[in-house]
Amino acid sequence: MSIEVSMNVNGKPVSAEVEPRTLLVQYLREHLGLTGTHVGCDTSQCGCCNIHLNGESIKSCTIFAIQCEGQDVLTIEGLADEDGTLHPMQQAFWEHHGLQCGFCTPGMVMVACDIARRLPDADEKTIRQELEGNICRCTGYQHIVEAIESGIKAMNAKGQVGQGRAENV
Amino acid sequence: MEAFTEKFGIGQPVRRKEDQRLLTGGGVYTDDINIEGQAYLAFLRAPYAHARINHIDTTAAAAAPGVLAVFTGRDLEADGVGRVETDINLKELDGTPIFKTQRLALPTDKVRFAGEPVAVVVAVTAFQAADAVERIVFDVEQLPAVVTARAAAAQGAAILHDELPDNCALHWQNDTPDAYDSVAAKAHKIVSIALTNNRVVPVPMEPKCCIADMNPGTGRLTIYAPFQGGRRIQGAIADLLFDGDGEKVRHVSDNTGGGFGTRSKIYPEIIAICYAAKKLGRAVKWLGDRSETFVSDLHGRDQVNDAQLAFDADGKILGYRLETLVNIGAWVTENGARLAIDGGGRILGGCYDIPVLYYSCRNMMTNTVSTDTYRGAGRPEANYIVERLMEKAAHELGIDPHELRRRNFIKTFPYTTQMGMNVDCGDFAACMDMALSTSDWAGFGARASRSQARGKLRGIGLASFLEGAGGRPEEVMRVRFEKDGAVNIICGTFSHGQGHATVYSQILSEKMGVPYHSINLIQGDTDTAPAGASGTYGSRSSQMGGMAILRACDMIIEKGKIIAGHLLQAETAEVAFEAATFSARGGSVTMVDVAKAAHDPRRLPDGLEPGLDETYLYKRDGGRDDQSFPNGCHICEIELDPETGAVEMLAYSAADDCGTVLNPLIVHGQVHGGVAQGIGQALCEHTVYDEETGQLLTGSFMDYGMPRAQHLSHMTAEFNPIPSTNNELGVKGAGEAGCCGAPAAFVNAVLDALKPLGVSHLDMPLTPNNIWRAIHGAKAEGENS
Repeated sequence: MSIEVSMNVNGKPVSAEVEPRTLLVQYLREHLGLTGTHVGCDTSQCGCCNIHLNGESIKSCTIFAIQCEGQDVLTIEGLADEDGTLHPMQQAFWEHHGLQCGFCTPGMVMVACDIARRLPDADEKTIRQELEGNICRCTGYQHIVEAIESGIKAMNAKGQVGQGRAENV
Repeated sequence: MEAFTEKFGIGQPVRRKEDQRLLTGGGVYTDDINIEGQAYLAFLRAPYAHARINHIDTTAAAAAPGVLAVFTGRDLEADGVGRVETDINLKELDGTPIFKTQRLALPTDKVRFAGEPVAVVVAVTAFQAADAVERIVFDVEQLPAVVTARAAAAQGAAILHDELPDNCALHWQNDTPDAYDSVAAKAHKIVSIALTNNRVVPVPMEPKCCIADMNPGTGRLTIYAPFQGGRRIQGAIADLLFDGDGEKVRHVSDNTGGGFGTRSKIYPEIIAICYAAKKLGRAVKWLGDRSETFVSDLHGRDQVNDAQLAFDADGKILGYRLETLVNIGAWVTENGARLAIDGGGRILGGCYDIPVLYYSCRNMMTNTVSTDTYRGAGRPEANYIVERLMEKAAHELGIDPHELRRRNFIKTFPYTTQMGMNVDCGDFAACMDMALSTSDWAGFGARASRSQARGKLRGIGLASFLEGAGGRPEEVMRVRFEKDGAVNIICGTFSHGQGHATVYSQILSEKMGVPYHSINLIQGDTDTAPAGASGTYGSRSSQMGGMAILRACDMIIEKGKIIAGHLLQAETAEVAFEAATFSARGGSVTMVDVAKAAHDPRRLPDGLEPGLDETYLYKRDGGRDDQSFPNGCHICEIELDPETGAVEMLAYSAADDCGTVLNPLIVHGQVHGGVAQGIGQALCEHTVYDEETGQLLTGSFMDYGMPRAQHLSHMTAEFNPIPSTNNELGVKGAGEAGCCGAPAAFVNAVLDALKPLGVSHLDMPLTPNNIWRAIHGAKAEGENS
C-alpha cells in the first residue's frame, strides 16, 4: 500500500508515493534523492541524519514521512544560498577545519544551527553538551566545537539567532 | 573571522579544497549510489559463536517473493571461488611457520564467531531479501565457544581449527629469554606489570556498504565500496573471482566516511556480493546497518601483557621482558597476527634505550570477529605497556617520573632497536619539556588543592611515545599538466578525511610554483589510479605519495626544459627552471606556455612525445626498516569524583614531532582525532563478548561507549618538528600518533588522582563503575590489613 506524502523541503513543495512505514530520512534520500542527509546507525544515536522540521533540529530517522505531511523541512542541501554562498555555519566549519571524512558533517551543521537559534550565547562547555546526540569519529570534536562557537558569532552578527523559524536559520 | 592567508605552500594552514561539497550535502558515499535495475542482497549471519554446520536449507527462501537467488558456501566452492589466506610469513623460534587459515567467504564446515556470514539472498527489493533470509533453515550442532585470549590458551579450551589444537596461530619470540634473564639476575630492581589492552571497534561513521555491478556484455565488474585504496580490492577480487585478471575488476569510491585501517581490508561480505553480481550478471547492492557493521568489521587492540623492566641502581634500563597474548579472533587475517610483532614491535620499547629484549607474542584464536589494523596498529598497545611500566617504575624506584624518562630516552641517532628498526632522529626530552611547560605541570599542586577543597581528586599523567609510520615502502603518482595549465594529480592513495587534495596541491604548488587553485586531485577509481598504487594506511600518504609527486614533478621539469629549449631556441642544458618559469639565453616561457606547447605537436622538437604527463614509482631507500618515526609527549589532566568514580578530562597538552608539518590545520585535526580515539579506549570504549555464549554484547551505540564531545576537553597541540631523514619532505606521518600517547597519559592521570586512596592499578576502560569498584576494593583491602 502506498500513500502520497507532500511537504515543503528546502522551500519547495514536494510529493511522493511512499509506503506508510517510510521514515523521513528514507523519504528524503530515496524518494527525493537528497542524499546529503546520512544514516550512520540504527538506534538514533549518531545524529548523521539531523534535519530541521519547522525550524527545529530533529533526527530524521525517528519520524515517519507521513508525520511530516504539509510541514517545512530543511536539509543540508537547502542551507547555502542558491548562488552557492555558504551559510555562516557552513563557512565556519570550513574555516575551522570542522570536518574530515564529512559523513557526520551535515548532521553536525544542522544541529549547530539549532544550537545557535536556541542558545546564542553558548560557550564551549554548553556546545559540547549540546552535541550529545552527534558522533564524530574523525575530528576529536575540537574543530567542530570551535567552528560552532565561531558560526554562532557570525550568525549573531547577521541577526540569524534566537529565532524559531526555519527561514531565519 | 580571522584573516585568510594568501599563501598555499608547504607549512601553511590552507583550508581544504574538498570541503565545499561535503558541507553542502554533495558528498557521494556508497549508499548514495544506485544503479538502474539493481537487486538487493541480505546476509544470513551465524546466530551462534561456534557451531558445526549440518545443513543449510534454502528451499523456502528461494521460493519467497521477489527472490532472485540464494547462495551458500557450497555454491562458492562449486564455482571455484578462491579462499583468502594471509601473506604473513613470520616463523616461530624453531622455524615453525605461522598457521594460516584458508577462508571461504561463506564457511561450509563450521561457523566460528557470532555474526559470521553464512548465506546470502538476492531479491528485487531490500525488504524481500531481508524477509527471505528468515526462511533459511540453518541446522547446526552448537559447540562450546572461547572468546578471550587467556581462555583460548587454557587447557581444554574449545578448538577453533581442528589442525590447531592449541589455538595458537603463531608463538613468535625475538630470542630465547637467556640474555634478559642474565641481566635481570644482576638488576638493582625489577618492575613488573600485568595489563589488559581492551578490544575496541573502529567505527568509521559510514556503515559498511557495497554495490557490485556486473556488466555481462563487457565481462567487467565494478565495485562501489568505502575503501582505503582501490588497487588492493581490485587485485583481491580479481584473484578470487576472475583468475587474476585485474582488467575485469574496477573499484570506485568517491567519498569514504572514515577508515581507520578497518576499511583497508577485503571482507567476506564484499567477496560474496561480487560473486552474486557476477553469477547473476547484474548490479547487487548491500547496505550493512550499524549492527551488522559492529559484528562484522574487524576490531582493534585486544591484548594481555605481562611486562617487566630491569633497572640498575641509577635507574637505567638494563632489559625489557614482554610476554603478550593477542586475541586475533576466528581467522588469521591480513595483519592480525603481525600487529604486535611487525606493527607494535617497530617501537616496542617506546622512546627508551633498551639494551636487552625478550619478547614473546602468542597469537590466539577465539570465537570472535578477528582483530586487525586499527589506527596505530600495534603501536598504541606497545607504547601503553612501556609508559605504564615507566610510571610504575618511577614510583617503585623513588625517582621523579620525568627524570626516569630523561635518563632512559634514546639520545643518539640513528638508533637501532632490539627489533632491528633504525630510528633516524628525534628529541624526546624536548617534546617532554614542551608538554610540561604547556600543561603547567609545575602549577599542578595548586590546582589539585583547589579540587581537593571541592571534594574532588585531581590527577595529571604523562606519556612519551614513539610511532613507526610509512607502511609499504613504495607508492606511485601521476602528474599531468593540461594544455590550459591546469594540473591533475592522479593517484591510488585515497583520502577518506585526511585532506589529500589540499596537501598534495600544497606540495605541488610549492615545488612547481604553479597556482594552488590550478591543481586538482583524481582519486578513488582503479581505472585512473596508476598501476602499482597501494593506498592510504600506516600514515604513509604524505611521506610516500608526497615524495612520488615531487619525483614526478622532476620528470615534468626535465621534459619541460626540452620543450622550453625548443621554444627559446636554446640547448636543453641551458634551460633553468624556477617558480613556474623556464628561462634561457635571456628569454623565458611560463609553465603554462610550456604545457600549451606540450599539447601542440607543431611546437615540439622532433621525436618528443606530446603531453606533459609523468608517472613516478617512488621506493623508499631502506625498504621496510626505513620507516619514519613520529614521536611526542602528551599530558592529560583530569578531575575525579570519588563518590561516583566519574572522571572529567580537564586539559590535554600534546607536543608532537611529526617531522615537517605540511599543513598545521590538518595535522592538528589528525592529532585531535587520534587523541580522541585513544581517550575513547581509555575512558569508555569496550567490546564485550559473553564468555559463555560468545555473543557480542556491545553491538550498537546503545551499549558501546563512543567518546562524545562532552567526554573530551580542549586539547592544545604543538609541534616540535625534527624533519625525518628518510624523505626529502622531512615528514613523519601524523595520523596515528594521537592514539599512541593518549591512553597511557589518561590512565596515568587517573592513577595519579587515585594515589591518596591507595588504588595503584586499573585496566581500561576507566568507566565510573570500574573506578568506583577499585576505590571500594582498595578501601576493603585497607580495612582488612
